[in-house]
Amino acid sequence: MSDYNVLIVEDSPTMRQLIAFALKRIRGVRIVEANDGVDGLKKLSSERFDLILTDINMPIMDGLKLVSLVRNDANYKAIPIVVITTEGAQEDRERALALGANDYITKPIQPTKILDVAKGLLRIV
Amino acid sequence: MVHSRGEEFLQVFKKGAEFTQDLLRENERLRFRLLELENGQLSGEAAPASELNKLSERIADLEREKQEILDRIKQVEEENQDFAARYIEIEDENNNLANLYIASYQLHSTLDFKEVLQIITEIIINLIGAEEFAILLLDEKSDELQAVSTEGVDRSEIPVVRLGKGIIGGVAQSGESHFAADCDAYERDFNAPMVCIPLKIKEHVIGVLAIYKLLMQKKEFAAVDYELFTLLAGHAATAIFSSRLYSDSERKLSTIQGFIDLLTK
Repeated sequence: MSDYNVLIVEDSPTMRQLIAFALKRIRGVRIVEANDGVDGLKKLSSERFDLILTDINMPIMDGLKLVSLVRNDANYKAIPIVVITTEGAQEDRERALALGANDYITKPIQPTKILDVAKGLLRIV
Repeated sequence: MVHSRGEEFLQVFKKGAEFTQDLLRENERLRFRLLELENGQLSGEAAPASELNKLSERIADLEREKQEILDRIKQVEEENQDFAARYIEIEDENNNLANLYIASYQLHSTLDFKEVLQIITEIIINLIGAEEFAILLLDEKSDELQAVSTEGVDRSEIPVVRLGKGIIGGVAQSGESHFAADCDAYERDFNAPMVCIPLKIKEHVIGVLAIYKLLMQKKEFAAVDYELFTLLAGHAATAIFSSRLYSDSERKLSTIQGFIDLLTK
């Protein structure tokens, strides 16, 4: 039985592996991976999650659409969401936060940053 | 008359004797008082003076101890800061190694040429933080470098470069990486990339990676980026070479199989 279930929504297997590596420092974490927004929603409906990390630019359904759908669904709206993206402009950040993302991390990927943000949202001291 | 003078003398003598007695008593009393005062003085000061000395010594000892403890605390704090700095350093190193491991693992996870190019692209975007770049491969027959994959720019915009010509050709010929002196001041020039890394197997260059623009949040290269460039120079080249070899052998195998089928049917 895991303490924290984390969903990574990212179309790049390399990125998924990098994010998963960073998160595995959290004791009792279980990671589920999804290729895009649609796959993410499917996996969300199958079990309870404590945190979602999503990319923005993905095929089929992008990360912002996923954030919007999750925030408007009574079953999932309490789950914290972190957006991890190459888009570094302030307006992109504001847009994601306005849609309901809890945090916004820009690439290139920094495992320490991901870990810190995830711990904060999972309320791990 | 003699009698009265004798009496008078006796009177005077008596008074003198009484006076002397008085003086002796007073003297005795004063001596006693003096002795009392002297004793009082001695007993009143000697005890606090020794106590004070002891207390002063104790205070000095405690002050010394306090200073030693403060010095030790300072030393421990400095040690703690050193440990914290070292911990962060090791954490960073660990993360960087993990990134390098994952990048390397992904590069060798497939023998499909297009997938290999896709993985190289992902590594450059996600780990290095480049926005515009091209992967150029060397055609050994024509000695020309041609873009096989681009990100952020159209492939047609990347010039075909002759081996040894310009920065790209020079990097492919020498096998030495090129970095623009000032990334901030760099202006995009497809013939003179900001960063140009040779993709080589041992000393044999098979192509180059040319970076033209970094992500807006990526201001400068970190030490790990140079390690990634070194990794890319070697592992990406091997992965590209293997996948091409595999594709060629698959194609040849298919052709040979076709001939065999034709001859045996």
